[in-house]
Amino acid sequence: MSTVVSQVEVPAGVTLPIYMDNHATSPLDPRVLEAMMPYFTDKFGNAASRNHSFGWEAEQAVETAREQIAKLIGATAKEIIFTSGATESDNLAIKGIAEMYRERGNHIITQVTEHKAVLDTCKRLEKYGYRVTYLPVKADGLIDLEDLKRAIDDKTILVTIMAANNEIGVLQPIREIGKICHEKGVIFHTDAVQIAGKVPFNVIEDNVDVASLSGHKLYGPKGVGALYVRRRNPRVQIAAQIDGGGHERGMRSGTLNVPGIVGMGKACAIAMEEMENEAAYLRGLRDRLKAKLESELDYVHVNGSWEHRLPGNLNMSFVYVEGESLLMGINDVAVSSGSACTSATLEPSYVLKALGLGDDVAHSSIRFGLGRFNTQAEVDYVAAKVIDIVKKLRELSPLYEMVKEGIDLTKIEWQAH
Amino acid sequence: MAYSDKVVDHYNNPRNVGTLDKSSAEVGTGLVGAPECGDVMRLQIRVNPETQVIEEAKFKTFGCGSAIASSSLATEWIKGRTVEDALAIKNTDIVKELSLPPVKIHCSVLAEDAIRAAIGDWKKKNGVAEAAPAATATAQ
Repeated sequence: MSTVVSQVEVPAGVTLPIYMDNHATSPLDPRVLEAMMPYFTDKFGNAASRNHSFGWEAEQAVETAREQIAKLIGATAKEIIFTSGATESDNLAIKGIAEMYRERGNHIITQVTEHKAVLDTCKRLEKYGYRVTYLPVKADGLIDLEDLKRAIDDKTILVTIMAANNEIGVLQPIREIGKICHEKGVIFHTDAVQIAGKVPFNVIEDNVDVASLSGHKLYGPKGVGALYVRRRNPRVQIAAQIDGGGHERGMRSGTLNVPGIVGMGKACAIAMEEMENEAAYLRGLRDRLKAKLESELDYVHVNGSWEHRLPGNLNMSFVYVEGESLLMGINDVAVSSGSACTSATLEPSYVLKALGLGDDVAHSSIRFGLGRFNTQAEVDYVAAKVIDIVKKLRELSPLYEMVKEGIDLTKIEWQAH
Repeated sequence: MAYSDKVVDHYNNPRNVGTLDKSSAEVGTGLVGAPECGDVMRLQIRVNPETQVIEEAKFKTFGCGSAIASSSLATEWIKGRTVEDALAIKNTDIVKELSLPPVKIHCSVLAEDAIRAAIGDWKKKNGVAEAAPAATATAQ
């Protein structure tokens, strides 16, 4: 009887399950938790309380965090607005700019592999009379700068293009994008959630006007994010989307999440210190994983540019094996798949489809998201396990058998259902 | 996706995986689904020409855990049945046996299609007239 159960041995020092999905969220760094703890208990003050020490203490902690976050991205503290997370930051940036600059124009440019927080916000604005251009991406996942130049017209007020993609980890040429925007007098917003703290990102050098950040993608807590809003050259104005007590210089009302903010600040301070070494470490692990998988398996390929990519990202398709069934076989390893069967919509990943990959390749994709706490022993185990399960599932795959027999699958009349 | 123990069991230990000689007159082959939909099932039967009993059934499936389980279960069920008996198997029987969640019902439909396709192929090869379309059979 055939079996898909893996016999791969768990090496010493590896505890199951292994978390390798750091683009979805990252574990809280213990140093971050330590920094946050007092603000849950003794130091519980409201940062907006101006007339007692509890408030001052909280405000002081918030301002320290603001400095730490600003420093990581080359901004000044006054340019950082706290939010509940990057989805809110993206909404505030895009809707806030659209509203503020409505007199100047109604055209927004984005691209097809953005996070839904950007795409769906743009879609909503279309209902309100804004015009949105969705730039395509090339096979490597990057936009064509010539497309961008052509798309900008005299009604364009905003270009919003992510710095690093959450699925395939590719790095868009933001510095060049920002330069083009500045030459044309258009505001440049970038969703910097995946890039911040992973590889150098500097709002001045990278010509960024507005940037969305998240706490929990860089070993900080969930429920806190930030928006960088440039104050000079050019000064960007944003219409508030949440009204109330006028917190955050009127741009985002609501009592500040002090422990969360402290945690995000600490996480940024750690990233600032450790990013360079960490990036080299993760690149080593990631390359090791890729090399092992490629040495043992045929019909595997990397999705998206290999050169312009986050160090911790490996997005690979194991062709002729369906992604969900692969995840089932490696159920002690937490990774993600672009397979339709793993998504709520039953549609395969729109990011992978945008690269021009067939749906069948998207169905076969796995995203490995390596992070600070992954080890080489874990990588070795994950590689062995994936190799084992892919081989077993290919024994089960009629497609693999047909291809091995030299049958061209594209010539078959499939009965799509 | 939280699967039932039965799905997990069929996934971990798929029954009757393999390939029969599709050029043999006794063998019927059904290939259903499409790679771009994320599932393709190939189900094969070897039928005794005297008794019309399915003596051997093999499958290979590209698809999610429930697609693998549905086709594995289908081979178990049709083995030992006559072709006409095998046609009585409904996708709803598979859904019930494997406790498939609503989003996975199409996997059971595909398995039923695979049985029909394999039997259809065998009938065509052997000049057996197609029975009335079974799709009109009672829904449960």
